[in-house]
Amino acid sequence: MATATAKREQHWQRTRNLMITHLAIWFIFAFVVHWFAPQLNKISFLHFPVGFYMAAQGSLAVFVIQLFIFAKQQDKIDREAGVAEED
Amino acid sequence: MPLFKKGSSFIENLPKIYILYTGGFLLFFALLAFLETRGMGADTIGILFVSFTVVIYAFIGWLSRTMQVDAYYVAGREVPPVFNGMATAADWMSGASFVAMAGGIYLGGHAYLAFVVGWTGGYVLVATLMAPYLRKFGCYTVPDFIGTRYGGNATRLLAVLVLVIASFTYVTAQINATGTIASRTLGVPFEVGVWIGLVSILLCAMLGGMRAVTWTQVAQYIVLIIAYLIPVFWMSAKQGFGVFPHFEYGSAIQRILELETLHQVGILKPTGDIAAQFPGLKALTVLHATPGESAIAAWRFVTLAACMMLGTASLPHILMRYFTTPTVRAARTSVAWSLFFIFLLYFTAPALATFTKLQLLDPNLATSIIGRSIDEVMALTWIQKWSAIGMVAIKDFNGDGLLQINEFFLRGDIVVLATPEMAGLPYVISGLVAAGGMAAAMSTADGLLLAIANALSHDLYYKIIDPKAETRKRLIVARVMLLFIGALGSLVASLKLTGILGAVAWAFCFAMSGLFFPLVLGVWWKRANRAGAIAGMAVGLGVGSWYLYMVKWGGMVPWWGMDDLRFGIVGATASLIAMVAVTLMTEAPDKETQDMVDEVRIPRGKTILGSSH
Repeated sequence: MATATAKREQHWQRTRNLMITHLAIWFIFAFVVHWFAPQLNKISFLHFPVGFYMAAQGSLAVFVIQLFIFAKQQDKIDREAGVAEED
Repeated sequence: MPLFKKGSSFIENLPKIYILYTGGFLLFFALLAFLETRGMGADTIGILFVSFTVVIYAFIGWLSRTMQVDAYYVAGREVPPVFNGMATAADWMSGASFVAMAGGIYLGGHAYLAFVVGWTGGYVLVATLMAPYLRKFGCYTVPDFIGTRYGGNATRLLAVLVLVIASFTYVTAQINATGTIASRTLGVPFEVGVWIGLVSILLCAMLGGMRAVTWTQVAQYIVLIIAYLIPVFWMSAKQGFGVFPHFEYGSAIQRILELETLHQVGILKPTGDIAAQFPGLKALTVLHATPGESAIAAWRFVTLAACMMLGTASLPHILMRYFTTPTVRAARTSVAWSLFFIFLLYFTAPALATFTKLQLLDPNLATSIIGRSIDEVMALTWIQKWSAIGMVAIKDFNGDGLLQINEFFLRGDIVVLATPEMAGLPYVISGLVAAGGMAAAMSTADGLLLAIANALSHDLYYKIIDPKAETRKRLIVARVMLLFIGALGSLVASLKLTGILGAVAWAFCFAMSGLFFPLVLGVWWKRANRAGAIAGMAVGLGVGSWYLYMVKWGGMVPWWGMDDLRFGIVGATASLIAMVAVTLMTEAPDKETQDMVDEVRIPRGKTILGSSH
């Protein structure tokens, strides 16, 4: 039983770390980047001012990709800990 | 060969069904486009478009009728992730997203993009913090989770209260939008249009609850995304930006930056009381891609985005969509698909706003109006048509006979509604846009009405008032609630009180003030207990509402520039402090509750609440 509990605890720890990692990425693209929009606008990407680009497309695309990766990573964690649902 | 194999289930046939449906819709579009060239009138096209699509939704709603509890509340938990993603996207994108977002960007520039970032970034919170765990819990409604996790009727009741306040603020605006579209295309008074809109909405939801709403929302998503993208692709191809403009409009932005200097955008301002003269109209006074340099501008951007994100993760009509997936894993991928389908519209809106602006401002383009003589502009058909119903206005302040940037007023909605006409596209496009707007408003209204009615019938009636009620009675009560809330919403909408009820942003702020931390901590903090949750919801809702009242009507100076659209920051902060403090001052929850939280954290195994409860 002790190992089962330890395994569960490890599973939750990895789940929590994954959540923190993704929220850190989210924080950067949700807030930090836009805080510096005036400075980023001086750079250009595909002719876009970068500050504008990030708010109109860049951050959004990051969120979408991030969520597909998150789903995959969390599933891997669940499987390795033996707590994933049966297929 | 039969199209559908004998014995294969409805779920297996879903891709075929919806591909057929999409093909049918495109065919219908082509047919109307053809009939237009044969002289069919604009009015008839509009009526056919809107009524044809609404009849289809109602038909799907009728096919999905049910008398089973889990089918009614959670669509039998058999919705595949991709389809649930489409349904969530339709549920999410309201009439306002569809009609007003591009116009908001046109008028508000970079600052308005805080909505775009907020309404997408919120899904990261939904996926990482909430959706999979609520799915594992097996609840029917959001208050169902709060009530079971923390125990006691008081928690359940408070959660129902927050849900009703947040969702009702939102649903009135949606019924209002369906009424506006119905009245404009069918040519009936607004008050009648509102009730026609309500009947259409209820036809989708009444008989089949969540199951019916799910399958109509998928159908509505397909219509709304086609209706949003086709005009943009067509227009962009016609104006020479390529068929897929999203990656190429950078040069259009560069051009706008030059034109802003030429036309003195932000320097020329309208004079006099514009709000009284042209209600709801605005002149362009904000730069397109240039954010304010001050720290307060950056602060306002991030606080607005934060409110929209935390609000997204607390709005019950969105969270409950993830109760319908077959597994916890499917709930996670479903959030990713939802955001992808939402992204398709949201990353098109800034492109549309940019093109429209360029068309109006660039003297090298035939469509431009700024800088031309006012007589010439007044002779344009689309200006005449939209100024007749008060959506566009022109006033020559300096009397030079030329149209300056500060002399042209428009309503934000016009950017989506009139751009096809500005670019000289056929009327069938405008009919398509009307059908898309109707789909967007109806699908959101359906989700919201169902969220409210389900909370009242399941949590208030069944769990608190009459726990012995039999299935039949429960489902009848659920439908009576739906009818009642819908009628109440329409009544408020037909009285045109929505201006008083306030902005859509308020719904997000209410939801995050009351529900965000009780939901998150319910999963992520085992120590969180009943007293803490009660304090979190009551203090959050109370402080948030107080701040809203004081800033909006009480004459209080907003703290650090946080106006009424951002009151959720104050409410949610108060909620977090109250919840943590009260939890730590009272006893830890019992072993049974702690075990329940442990169980929620792993995907495998039975749901906490039975499949039928």
